[in-house]
Amino acid sequence: MSRPTLPNPSRRQVFAGVGSVAAAAALAACGGNTGRSGGGSSGGGSGSIAQWYHQYGEPGTEQAVKKYAAAYKDAKVNVTWVPGDYDKKSAAALLTSSGPDVFEYGNGPTIDMITGKQVVDLTDLLGDAKSDFTPAMLARMTYQGKLYGIPQVVDLQLMVYRKSLLAKAGVKPPTTLDELIDAAGKLTSGKVKGLFLGNDGGAGVLGGPVLWSTGHDYLTKDNKPAFNNPEVAGALATLQKLFRSGNLLLGAPTDWSDPGAISQGLCAMQWTGLWTFPQLKQALGDDFGVLPFPAIGSSGKQSIPFGAYASCVSAKAKDVEAAKKFVKWLWVDQTDDQLDFAQSYGFHVPSRTSLIAKADKLKSGPAAEAAGFIAKYGHPQTPLLWTPTSSTAFTDAMDKIIRSGANPAKTLASVEATVKNEMKRFA
Amino acid sequence: MSAPAAASDSAGAARSGPARPAPSRRRWTDNPHLWFWVFVGPFFLGLAIFVLIPIGWSIWLSFYNAHNTVTPTEFVGFDNYRAMLGDPAFRSSLVTFVVFAAFIVPTTFVISLGLAVLLEATSWGRAFFRSVFFLPVACSYVVAALIWRHGIFTGISSGLANTVLGWVGLDPVPWLSVVHPPWYWLVITTVRLWLQVGFYMVLFLAALQRIPRHLYEAAALDGATGWKAFRYITFPQLRTTSTAVLMLLLVNAFQAFDEFYNILATPGGYPPYARPPLIYLYNIALGSVQDFGNGSAGAVILTLLIAVFALVQGKLTGLGRSES
Repeated sequence: MSRPTLPNPSRRQVFAGVGSVAAAAALAACGGNTGRSGGGSSGGGSGSIAQWYHQYGEPGTEQAVKKYAAAYKDAKVNVTWVPGDYDKKSAAALLTSSGPDVFEYGNGPTIDMITGKQVVDLTDLLGDAKSDFTPAMLARMTYQGKLYGIPQVVDLQLMVYRKSLLAKAGVKPPTTLDELIDAAGKLTSGKVKGLFLGNDGGAGVLGGPVLWSTGHDYLTKDNKPAFNNPEVAGALATLQKLFRSGNLLLGAPTDWSDPGAISQGLCAMQWTGLWTFPQLKQALGDDFGVLPFPAIGSSGKQSIPFGAYASCVSAKAKDVEAAKKFVKWLWVDQTDDQLDFAQSYGFHVPSRTSLIAKADKLKSGPAAEAAGFIAKYGHPQTPLLWTPTSSTAFTDAMDKIIRSGANPAKTLASVEATVKNEMKRFA
Repeated sequence: MSAPAAASDSAGAARSGPARPAPSRRRWTDNPHLWFWVFVGPFFLGLAIFVLIPIGWSIWLSFYNAHNTVTPTEFVGFDNYRAMLGDPAFRSSLVTFVVFAAFIVPTTFVISLGLAVLLEATSWGRAFFRSVFFLPVACSYVVAALIWRHGIFTGISSGLANTVLGWVGLDPVPWLSVVHPPWYWLVITTVRLWLQVGFYMVLFLAALQRIPRHLYEAAALDGATGWKAFRYITFPQLRTTSTAVLMLLLVNAFQAFDEFYNILATPGGYPPYARPPLIYLYNIALGSVQDFGNGSAGAVILTLLIAVFALVQGKLTGLGRSES
């Protein structure tokens, strides 16, 4: 759940793509540096391991991961730093025999990578350290009792607000949806809007929080749709009203994942992520506080989504055991590197909970409060069986309800049909 | 194919000639087939690898359950086709792009023809205006889309469009956020018009300059000037160009991707409005879904649809009909 990036594929690439899946695979096969040095050992160890990362925005991250890799003694690790649309590139590369051996993927591999046997079981890598990882995070990457990803760092989304603006308007930080709507109205004056939930009014990002805060979820424990109920429909109807209220910032130059809107004074409260804190601190000093998404209705509880890039091992890795050993070395054993990775460049929470106490940046202020949200209010971003198809259907529905005023109950019912159909693939 | 045929003819002529070398001494480089393959081979190889095989492979994939694999084993018959045709989001994307094509094709046609006629009629600053109108063609769709999104049609009051609205006392409009009314269409269609009008204008200009002057002179003698001259001389004389322009415009409209994607996609994905089928299929096959079966089935359906439109249009405009 790192900062989402906008891929910019050209029409030509896409034509080459949709019409020509095979060409994509062929190109991936012959394209550029895959990170593997052909065959023989060029380093100190017995073989070479190709490791892929997406391009982290913060300076120094690439040098850091290369430094960690270079320190590994048992094999030569070639790090490939992938700019652009990492998810698509890595997914395409996994179709070929020249993809990565070790790669990171948001919230672990997808369910189709697991059932398609593109990734291998990593359950035995955790050992005694298992209890040190957030259980919900591990559960998100576990299918039929087997773990398929080792969380690298945890990110979370939350609400930030300008303390001074709330004090001036006599508004206390909202803990329920009704209070939030009320606060958005009171905080709106002139060009400053009360609340920013993204330029689509929260349609793209608030699905999870709305479900959890009403006391529901995407799927039940036994993977049945759990989102189609009157509370969720009611909450979406409220967001629909909020969208038209004039109290919501719309059309901001940057979207929710960027701190621009609140730090430039366009709004008093904004939904965003932990990764914006260095910039927020720089722009606003101590004038910002943090909140989880407010509770909705009588049975609801405040909530936030969290996610993690996880290290996975490709089933096509040249030497699966060597790749697994490296993953264990770096993301389970090397706690100093993990702390450095989480703290020194971007702004993340270490995935081993024992490291959170050692993280200087998370010791005080809003960051400390935010890190505490994971245990208190946190939910994994989406369940493992919430496939991209289900996700697209649900986000489309959110958008149609919030922005174009579609009937919430009817729209959710049609999503339920899609999700049920999708679940049949894993029955 | 006429070149190698001609080559073999001349080779044949050479053979029957008096200076004919003994067959044994004929050099291997004389073989006309060799030169055919030397020149055509690389192109054909590229075509096969990057176009023909992928198309065939794609059609093959469309009959398989192919999640996260391009070498599937589970044959599903026409299930993927049924699924795609039954998918309301795919159907709505097809409608989107038919509506988009129905608007953008005639609009671009009229504006570019209009500009060409005006430019042709003016004697002052013709080269200047021709360049001005043509320059946007050199701009990338992606760059233009980003300028439209972040410069002109940004929702805050300091955006260009909102500044203009402010001069006349109107409130700023969040162009890409609201869907009632669908202002995003204004953003998308204006950027496309800006980008492509100049190109078709140049095609029309070239065609206009080929219309013989004496036709206009004769018509003027008969009293046909102005609109009448355009209606009875200019427009009919432009028929071949118009047909080609319409065809190119239609294909271009159906290929819509770049500016839609760069104007409307957000960190949360692509919204369910103004979603062209290519973007929808891109997400299914190559995006997070990685479902090559359904994606390929959708691509085949789309290809058939484009073929039908092209055939109908060809029939209506007489593309390929002999000039006589």
